[in-house]
Amino acid sequence: MSVHPNDIARRSRVARLTLGALLLSLMVAFFNAQVLQHDRYKLQSQENRLRALPLPAPRGIIYDRYGNIIAENLPGYAVSLAPVNVDSLKSSLTHLASVITLTPDQINAAIRRFRRDPNRPTLIMSDASMSVVSVLEEHRINFPRLIIQSVPKRFYPDGPAVASFVGYTGEVTDADLNSPAYAGYKPGQLVGKGGIEKEYEKLLRGTEGVRYDEVDARGRQVRQATARLDLNPEPGPPLYTNIDLDLQRYVAGVFGDSLVGGAIAIDPRDGGVLALYSAPSYDVNKFTGGIPADYWKTLLSDERRPLVNKVTQGRYPPGSTFKLATAVTGLEDGVVTMDEHMPVPCTGGFQFGNRYFKCWDKKGHGSISLGRAIEVSCDVYFYQLGLKIGLAKMIAGGISLGLRDKTGIDLPDEKRALWPYAVDYYNKTYGVRGWSNAVTLNLAIGQGENSQTVVNMAKFYAALATDGSAPTPEIVKRTPVKTRIFKLPPDQMEGLRTALAGVIGQGTAQSARIEGIMLAGKTGTAQTGKFVNGVELNHAWFVGFAPADKPTIVVAVMLEYGGHGGRAAHVASSIISHYLKVSPVTAVQSEG
Amino acid sequence: MFRKTLADYPLAVTAIALSLFGVAMVYSAGQTDVPTFVAPLWKSQLMWLSLGILCAWGIGNSSVRLIEWATWPAYLLMLFTLASLLVLGAGTGANGHMRSWLAIGGHRLGQPAEIAKIVVVLMLAKVLAERREAPKSLLELWKPGLVVGIPFAMIMLQPDLGSAIVFVGIFFGMLFWSGVPWPLLVLLASPVVSLVLSFSTGLWGAWFLVLIALVLWYKPYLLEGIVLVVANVATGVIAPILWEKLAPYQQNRLKVFLDPSADPRASGYHVLQSKIAIGSGGLFGNGFTLGTQKRSGFLPEQHTDFIFAVVGEELGFIGVVLALALFLALLLRATRIASRANDPFGSLAAFGLMSCWLVHVVVNVGMTLNLMPITGIPLPFFSYGGSFMLASWLGVGILLRISGEGRGQAGALL
Repeated sequence: MSVHPNDIARRSRVARLTLGALLLSLMVAFFNAQVLQHDRYKLQSQENRLRALPLPAPRGIIYDRYGNIIAENLPGYAVSLAPVNVDSLKSSLTHLASVITLTPDQINAAIRRFRRDPNRPTLIMSDASMSVVSVLEEHRINFPRLIIQSVPKRFYPDGPAVASFVGYTGEVTDADLNSPAYAGYKPGQLVGKGGIEKEYEKLLRGTEGVRYDEVDARGRQVRQATARLDLNPEPGPPLYTNIDLDLQRYVAGVFGDSLVGGAIAIDPRDGGVLALYSAPSYDVNKFTGGIPADYWKTLLSDERRPLVNKVTQGRYPPGSTFKLATAVTGLEDGVVTMDEHMPVPCTGGFQFGNRYFKCWDKKGHGSISLGRAIEVSCDVYFYQLGLKIGLAKMIAGGISLGLRDKTGIDLPDEKRALWPYAVDYYNKTYGVRGWSNAVTLNLAIGQGENSQTVVNMAKFYAALATDGSAPTPEIVKRTPVKTRIFKLPPDQMEGLRTALAGVIGQGTAQSARIEGIMLAGKTGTAQTGKFVNGVELNHAWFVGFAPADKPTIVVAVMLEYGGHGGRAAHVASSIISHYLKVSPVTAVQSEG
Repeated sequence: MFRKTLADYPLAVTAIALSLFGVAMVYSAGQTDVPTFVAPLWKSQLMWLSLGILCAWGIGNSSVRLIEWATWPAYLLMLFTLASLLVLGAGTGANGHMRSWLAIGGHRLGQPAEIAKIVVVLMLAKVLAERREAPKSLLELWKPGLVVGIPFAMIMLQPDLGSAIVFVGIFFGMLFWSGVPWPLLVLLASPVVSLVLSFSTGLWGAWFLVLIALVLWYKPYLLEGIVLVVANVATGVIAPILWEKLAPYQQNRLKVFLDPSADPRASGYHVLQSKIAIGSGGLFGNGFTLGTQKRSGFLPEQHTDFIFAVVGEELGFIGVVLALALFLALLLRATRIASRANDPFGSLAAFGLMSCWLVHVVVNVGMTLNLMPITGIPLPFFSYGGSFMLASWLGVGILLRISGEGRGQAGALL
């Protein structure tokens, strides 16, 4: 090497400068990271250590009109994993499956949830039993990323009795998550799946909270984080319904295990739904935490179709209960009065063209007034009334009475009643020459191209019970909505109500009489075209209200293939008597 | 030749201060929420430190001539050891694919590469000191090139990229100190630069023009010039092929160096966590042993390669500045010793040791902030490791001796 002192001094200077520059630039880099960008890294370090654990909010409690609980929340356990990636999730699940039972469905669902939201602890079981939880706690050391948390789980104290309107909760589906209606929902969260749980989902769900756990690099929870970043879940607000739980239970009891059909009781003054029941029912509590596959299969394969709500979704020919709609249309059009007799007296049938239309009573009713015709449900009278009104006006009348609409009840998936939109309907369906005026006869007595829901018939009779205003049936207490669907002079209204009371007093439903209460209503026996052993299985209807002079309850009962309307009337009268007798105010009034 | 009684206290004090600082950090690295094998390591680190100081004291009381005399045998022994490692080396725990540990009967004795660095410094010093004038052409560099090249190649084969880079640093540092003109150094380095730049055609083209200009200006022998240009073209062409030859973990390290967030859970994890730990330390840090990233186990290799991140997280910017200032003091002192050494061998050896440490410090510390690729180079006096602590203190001992025999007062501050 060159050892001249000057050379060495020069190289030494270069070396010292280089040294200084290098270490100084390192210091500058650290200054930048530690002082200038400190906040950013501090935040990252917290995100690193803190695992956000979503805390599901308790859903709002659902009460009946007297404050009895319809739906509440019980403590349950949810099991989740906070995996790093899909592979670690899969291996953890395989591990878990060796300790507890996990179905392939549960495993696939967990993987799907993780793929949708990898940053959220992946739900494995939404409602783990105590025994599963204790097994998992035992093996906790092997599953550092396992989270067992106490979560509210939905419970319906009256399970099957309230299933028809309350619905149930279940995990939000993939399809839901893709739709804008469920924006903001996370996989694994619960949503209302039917009934008012679904209808009032936004209200009931509350706001999810979050708890931050401090975890180490392996995902083990070290301690609850000291930083107060936690957000408590906000429970959904309580939901007050118009339901009378006692009556609801009673209705369920009346139907029991044998009757199939639906019943609804509403308050005609405000449309409040007092009871709504579809038989056969099912146990909604079994649906909590995932519907067991075999139970679901049983429900689906049951030919009585328990999953179809017979009050809002079942459509049935209304039979004679519909004669009131014909009567109202006729009265409104001024083609008939309460006392008017029809040209042809009833002799058990009516000859129209080359066809003979039978009355339900072969003995015939003779020449009777409209009031009496309602009482005895004379078909011949209404055939002629229908012809007098004319098909076009009949159809228009039905439409203006809301018999082609949904009622607007606050339940999801209500079906619209079926009724022709105009005479043109027949031309379109059967061809201009393919049908005759005979359809008018059928329509007039509630047969033919006419299928009504139970709730729609109740709404129509609520208008009859009042002044022609049909209230929208409301399960949840809201501002009542009433629509005037027809306008008749008071004496005609009174006449109709008297006739309906006469149905029970001296008409087709005398067996449905209640001691001390004047009941008004109309039976219906709707032909179905379904025969067993040569006997036609008819739908039995009764729609009525009480007390007849000052109605506080409208009841519509439909028994699927239930035979004569008298049976339905019997069911309805026991519902009404139960309601009016336990309601002290009404009891005093009826005695007075 | 005479013995000076006055020892180089500033050097000794700086080295001891750095070592104690380092042991304290190894202790802290073991303080995690879930105790690991790291927890008791500080004790053995303290033992190795004592052993190192003892060695340094011994060497400090020997003579530079003795050291120079021992260089050849040490060099041969080192080559033999490295060669046997390639045949029987045992992998380490974390990096089991590297055959860098010397083990007998299953007991690991140490990583010879650390000692090899010191030996290569001494051997290089010996070779370069033989010449009265600094090499002026590449051809004259064959001997020093061979001295570094053989162990370099053997270590590359282990493969231990990190240590190999240190060898390159030592080589260039000592050539510079021996007076090799800088254009020659640039020309020497040019094939490597080509290797790196070949991934971008534009950059490589620009570099090639600079190279041509440099060749024309410096006017090396014609043959040398041709060889250089051909070598640059060749490395540029074989670089992609070489890339394919790299093990996936090596490729990943380089990729992650360019973008750590590309793979935050796997290869980029180390760097990302290290940056977070350092950045979250702030000005004053979380307090000794209280680093949360370290405590919860997010910081990987917190007692070895990433120990400086523990300094950053727990002692903050203040602690970082203190550590870097101590290193600066040590390196400046070594440079001072080099410039006051009594003979070329001592001077070159001192500067070689300085270069070795400099590369270690810059690469290791830079790595914790992603300024350097992760190469697994430990931080002298800090990172846990017996042979490394011993090797560092061997270096201190040699420096003490050279300083003692140097001109002027060895103990003077400046």
